[in-house]
Amino acid sequence: MNWQRALVAASVAVPVLVLLRIGLELDPRAIPSPLPGRPAPGFALATLEDDVGGAVGREGAGAPASGRAPDTVRLSTLRGDVVVLNFWASWCLACRDEHEPLSATARAYADESVRFFGVLYNDTPDNARRWIRAMGGQSYPTLLDPDARTAIEYGLYGVPETFFIARDGRVAYKHVGPVTEALLVERIETLLVAPQPPGGP
Amino acid sequence: MTRLLGLSACAVALALAVFGAAAAVMGARLRRPELVRSAIAAAYANFALLLVANLAMVYALVTRDFSISYVAQVGSRATPLFYTIISLWGALDGSILFWGLVLSGYTALAVRWSRAEAGAVLPYALAILLAVGSFFYLLLVGPANPFGRMFPVPVDGPGPNPLLQNHLLMAIHPPLLYLGYVGMTVPFAFATGALLAGGLDDRWIRLTRRWTLTAWGFLSLAIIAGMWWSYEVLGWGGYWAWDPVENASFMPWLTATAFLHSAMVEERRGLLRVWNVSLVVATFVLTILGTFLTRSGILSSVHAFTQGTIGFFFLAFIAVVLLFSLALVAGRSTELRGTGRLEGVVSRDTAFLLNNLLFTAFTFTVLLGTLFPLAAEAVRGVKVSVGAPFFNRMTIPLCAALLFLVGVGPALPWGRPERQLLRRKFVPPFLALGLVAGTLLALGVRAPFTVAAFAFAGFALTANLGEFADGTRARRRAHGEAPPRALVRLVRSNPRRYGGYLAHLGVLLIALGITASSSFRTERQATLRPGQTLAIAGHVLRFERLWARQEPQRFVVAADLTVLRGSTSLGRLDPRLNYYAASAEPVATPAVRSRARADLYVTLLAFEQDGSSATFHAYVQPLVIWIWLGGAVIAAGALLALSQRRERRSPGGERLPAAAQAEAR
Amino acid sequence: MSGAGAAARKARAARSRRRRVVRLALLALTGLISAPAAAQDTPPDLEARTRLVASQLRCPVCQGLSIQDSPSELAQEMKQVVRAQLAAGRTPDEVKAYFVARYGEWILLEPEPRGFNLAVYLLPVLALLAGLAVVGVVVRRWTRSGDVAQA
Repeated sequence: MNWQRALVAASVAVPVLVLLRIGLELDPRAIPSPLPGRPAPGFALATLEDDVGGAVGREGAGAPASGRAPDTVRLSTLRGDVVVLNFWASWCLACRDEHEPLSATARAYADESVRFFGVLYNDTPDNARRWIRAMGGQSYPTLLDPDARTAIEYGLYGVPETFFIARDGRVAYKHVGPVTEALLVERIETLLVAPQPPGGP
Repeated sequence: MTRLLGLSACAVALALAVFGAAAAVMGARLRRPELVRSAIAAAYANFALLLVANLAMVYALVTRDFSISYVAQVGSRATPLFYTIISLWGALDGSILFWGLVLSGYTALAVRWSRAEAGAVLPYALAILLAVGSFFYLLLVGPANPFGRMFPVPVDGPGPNPLLQNHLLMAIHPPLLYLGYVGMTVPFAFATGALLAGGLDDRWIRLTRRWTLTAWGFLSLAIIAGMWWSYEVLGWGGYWAWDPVENASFMPWLTATAFLHSAMVEERRGLLRVWNVSLVVATFVLTILGTFLTRSGILSSVHAFTQGTIGFFFLAFIAVVLLFSLALVAGRSTELRGTGRLEGVVSRDTAFLLNNLLFTAFTFTVLLGTLFPLAAEAVRGVKVSVGAPFFNRMTIPLCAALLFLVGVGPALPWGRPERQLLRRKFVPPFLALGLVAGTLLALGVRAPFTVAAFAFAGFALTANLGEFADGTRARRRAHGEAPPRALVRLVRSNPRRYGGYLAHLGVLLIALGITASSSFRTERQATLRPGQTLAIAGHVLRFERLWARQEPQRFVVAADLTVLRGSTSLGRLDPRLNYYAASAEPVATPAVRSRARADLYVTLLAFEQDGSSATFHAYVQPLVIWIWLGGAVIAAGALLALSQRRERRSPGGERLPAAAQAEAR
Repeated sequence: MSGAGAAARKARAARSRRRRVVRLALLALTGLISAPAAAQDTPPDLEARTRLVASQLRCPVCQGLSIQDSPSELAQEMKQVVRAQLAAGRTPDEVKAYFVARYGEWILLEPEPRGFNLAVYLLPVLALLAGLAVVGVVVRRWTRSGDVAQA
């Protein structure tokens, strides 16, 4: 009888089985971002202009009170506002699903200190404009990130991904995949309740 | 109608497999041969049933019967006929169906070919084969049912995964892989069957060795075909990324290779019995584990299919197999005790032990690296990656040591060799080693493992070729035969032994190809306008023009490039980007110009829509083609070794494998 | 008496020989493991350094490829970031830390050899050493049982 050998074999086999059992509960695609809780990486990005020279989305409610989106958006000037940053592309199928929720929610929060921005990822401005037109407009400006530096700064894995930046300029949440209206509202409400940073406007 | 036919074929197969497994065991225990005969009939019937089910699925795919769930999942009206047929194994449910066909085929063949030799072991082995079969048929009627009903019936489907309908090799690599993977079930059945039947005589090792060799030959080809596919399709210039599923196919290959060597120690010395049974069991478990890793969605990978409940079934099955095998080995350990002894420390036996140690350590390292991300997440809650840099760092030393052993083993005689013989066998290989290493160092190559790999490969090449040369010379002297004829006769006289050496030569070709192409790779990237050129490692590429074409299932953008040397044109290359409706990002098709000395490999990365410029990535990698040829040589070696029909008996009545006899000259 | 002494001497010599062999094997082993690391010491030119760092970072939009190997656009841009940071004088470790801060440890294709991660580096080596010991014991037992049988 050789239980010793069986024991040795079992000591390799059992941990592997336990590990695989645990592994079945884990999602290999869900990769936690280290960003939430840290200051949001700054950026200064040009807005996507529409064909007649105006910024796309300037009629939308997400545009500043002046009614004209600035040509370059700097995150540093948005301190005190809740910022929703949505990375998207015209070739991304899931982005179609979240377009309506995003535009509608941005419109609904037009009068609050909430700013919506799209960031175009790995795409051409022409394609993006065509897409926005086909989707019936976008109620907030989209920013251009031609060399994907901002995407890399935000640790982007793919599109769509949405970042929620609190009033104090820290990343509060990151959402991977298409957002829903309910999710947007819940996150934004939580962030609106949080106190304004002392230095904010 | 097709749906019903396929589904009921699977259901009947399940019932027959369960019945057959029970009947075979009862027949053997109660000594009722008619029960065993009915189990054999069940095995044959199962093959017919699975054939029917697979043909039904192919028919449904070809006729685009979207009322069947699998067709709705992978079919599309735009997919060409060829890719429609091979999408049989393109996704989870269909691949299990195909697996069932291969397994039932192996079961029928194992009965047909090994019935006489297996004797009393056969009923038990058959029971194991049918029991494993019933697990897969259970999946087919349950969680992986490909014949589900779609209602409402879709008008069209998404088509197969774009990566899987991009190259002819997709018709070759998966079937080979299944033939290799599933084939490992047969040696497992004979090993555990022999234990169930009451211990191991020397029959078990012959049966398991032959069937392992068969499956191993297919698996070797499958791995090389997979590398080739990834080289021709994935467009990054490489062929092996240590992807979890590549590892999954590699691990059973490692343990099976170890077994093919250690089996010889048992045949000659009666040692290592427990070890050999363990290797056979481990190989089988690793094939199921590999299937689990691909099918459960537990690891994200190029090949990973969608997730489902099927993971739990596989996990339970692995647990049952392990428990069963452990209990058998522990329970039968008296019968498994080794009987022999070794004659000397410096001998081929020791080389085989070291070979097994290295292969086991290799398997362990790959297993650990593949599963470590799960462990890290379970323990630390942090996602980590274990990729190519890790595997290269950890396994390249093992590869180098194994390369060295490929030379040591054949040159080292069995038993207790004489000093003079050792000198004669080892002086030429060591000369080759020194020569290669010296040349490389003189040429300025400093990377230690590049030098070591080439030097050891030179060593091993000389040692293995030396075996052919020595044998030929001996025959020439003894029989006065001309060298070519002497060589053929030599190989024919002992196909098993020379088949093994031939497989070594194949491995060495692969090692040379991999070392050369990874150590001396040149790459360049450039954006060109039409007429502009890119020079790389002696080649000049001229970008001629960009063109596009709408095909039924995709939109193709391609660049025409002329390969120039001086002002003469050597040929054309047309790297492409393919746009599929089902995939957001384009699938690149690199253009490859393969030559004996080096491959020129070009991918199209990006382009301006008006055709004014395009960005290319070009690679020049030496000796890549020898990797694929090495795969063919390995398969030829396996085939040669299998051609040995019967083991001969030595005059004293002691059974010796023919290899040992040839040694006795 | 003298025979026993000779035997003891022989045994001692064998033992010390064995010890030397083990020590050599250990040395060779650690050498082998650390050699690739040594070979990877910072190469002089920027392109080579970029390649080296890029081949240790995982492409986020691919399946297990490094950003060095991946043809995807994001990987190309990330490689540009690597090149720019190296050109600006950052060390390879600092560049890797930059990516870890944004993507998490997942971005490293080779886990950092610290804490729990050490297991993945040490276990194979320990297993190999243990296996070497087992092979040594087994070979000795199997060859010695022969001598006993002859005696």
